[in-house]
Amino acid sequence: MQSNTEPMPRHTPSPAPLTRGQPPACKINEPTALAVDDLYVSYGAISALRGISLNVPAGAIVTLIGGNGAGKTTTLQTLSGLVRAKSGRIHFLGEDITALAPHEIVARGLCHVPEGRMVFPQLTVDENLSMGAYLRKNAAAVAQTRDTVFTLFPRLKERLRQSAGTLSGGEQQMLAIGRALMSAPKFLMLDEPSLGIAPRLISTIFEKIVEINRSQGVAILLVEQNAKLALEISTHAYVLETGHIAMQGPSPTLRNDAQLKAAYLGG
Amino acid sequence: MDSPQPKSKKRPRPQLTLGATLALGLLISAFSGALDPYFLDVLTSMGIAVILAVSLNLVTGFTGQFSLGHAGFMSVGAYISAGITTALFAGNPLGNSAFAQSGFFLGSLLLGGLGAAFAGLCVGIPSLRLKGDYLALVTLGFGEIIRVVFQNIEPIGGALGLNGIPPYTSVFWVITWAALTVFVIHSLVHSTYGRGFVATHDDEIAAEAIGLDTTRYKIVAFVVGAFFAGVAGGLYAHFRLSIVPTGFDFTKSIEIVLMVILGGMGNTIGVILAAVLLTLLPEVLRPIAAYRMVLYSLLLIVLMVSRPRGLFNLNWAALLLHLKKRTTETLTKRGAAK
Repeated sequence: MQSNTEPMPRHTPSPAPLTRGQPPACKINEPTALAVDDLYVSYGAISALRGISLNVPAGAIVTLIGGNGAGKTTTLQTLSGLVRAKSGRIHFLGEDITALAPHEIVARGLCHVPEGRMVFPQLTVDENLSMGAYLRKNAAAVAQTRDTVFTLFPRLKERLRQSAGTLSGGEQQMLAIGRALMSAPKFLMLDEPSLGIAPRLISTIFEKIVEINRSQGVAILLVEQNAKLALEISTHAYVLETGHIAMQGPSPTLRNDAQLKAAYLGG
Repeated sequence: MDSPQPKSKKRPRPQLTLGATLALGLLISAFSGALDPYFLDVLTSMGIAVILAVSLNLVTGFTGQFSLGHAGFMSVGAYISAGITTALFAGNPLGNSAFAQSGFFLGSLLLGGLGAAFAGLCVGIPSLRLKGDYLALVTLGFGEIIRVVFQNIEPIGGALGLNGIPPYTSVFWVITWAALTVFVIHSLVHSTYGRGFVATHDDEIAAEAIGLDTTRYKIVAFVVGAFFAGVAGGLYAHFRLSIVPTGFDFTKSIEIVLMVILGGMGNTIGVILAAVLLTLLPEVLRPIAAYRMVLYSLLLIVLMVSRPRGLFNLNWAALLLHLKKRTTETLTKRGAAK
């Protein structure tokens, strides 16, 4: 189920047949929410991303899969401004956000849920959620969002006064997602929401992700090692391999791709 | 923010604590003539230590920025405020009016604090983008630079230091400022805005990812911390009556860092107690003279080894649970014995 460590056979650049294999699940007519064009990122001498281009239509769930060190987390961190791009452009809702600071990007509605349940352990659940609404000034609207978060994750309401460090892994992930929702995002980037969570809770979390997308129209870019699950809930997928996109296409098509199956879906 | 906050009911009212401490300060200063001067001296030292430790706790404990330059900010405040009072006191223009002297002293303390805060801003803006060890090195460098600068300014005494500072610091001033420092920093950290300091400390990447401007938080913490360090420096100068640049060296910074670590990072009460303890310890150990510093260091090592997360970092809930378990166990044993 988890990604294979052995490198995937080099896939010669032929995404075209894949894209044409089936009618694309995501609607082409939808306006593009996020457009990434030829993104290069390096940490010192080591290049992490080598020419990533991807599109996420408004209201869609798009997934980014790939093994360890493929550059998935780097991609998200660059999109949210935590890591600077060496070259390439990022457009969000038509605006160039490549050079913006993280808080300016969040203010525009692009929110990032970092990898590994990054909640603030010393703060209570309540305070964590409040921090999520840090940039919003309208108290009534924030209260409304808070209610939406509680409907989505009733568990959080039960644990409101508890410090976040004492929550279980699954609850922390719910809190991290809930906290991101508090910023009223138009676009959510989730980094490995299934990481280190009880298997029973993984499906719950994924159901909630779909629910956020359906009921609130939030576009989602999902990074996952659990490729099977990610392909199930997404409409379009990109396969990242050592810093470049090795394959892309509608998720149902990729799910049946023999090479992908061998490399990421456990045969 | 918008939801009811029942926990504020449980928390001890900081305003009440502030009022009580101020009243205590007034009481002590009213009877200061009758009290042992040695006791008053130690109390003053303690108060200054509390201001320094609590202000560093905002930077290191709550915001998680390891600073080794707190004594540097203290020296900026000390030199500015002592410079002002000494230069003007020379002609004694105020006469002996206590009221005029107090206002004058307060003004000089505030200017010293603002000067230190400005120094904090100048050091903070370029260096707070650095993390961990690098920041510690930059602040260490700042502390050394400021010391060398003061050593080479002749009008304020150079390496010989500044002498003849008027003795304005009283127990009242120190207790008032200590209470004010604790109150301001406690209120700041527990405000909705201030939870961002803890968020920056807990997880910087997550904080940035949800839109916190962590660099700004770090700079605010640094500037506020430096302000109170500057005030503490001013109080120190008008208490010791002579200051030398070497009195604010690296060792002094380490001493303050020690109070914060010993008290427990981000634990205000613990840090206050640690500041009091570390001021008292050398006094208590005075009778054994030569071995005093040896024993002091040994005690510190033992404390750090046995309580690495802070001397006063107790898990009260777990302790109560343990006690409850013990009592029920003994009760059932007794019942069985009968």
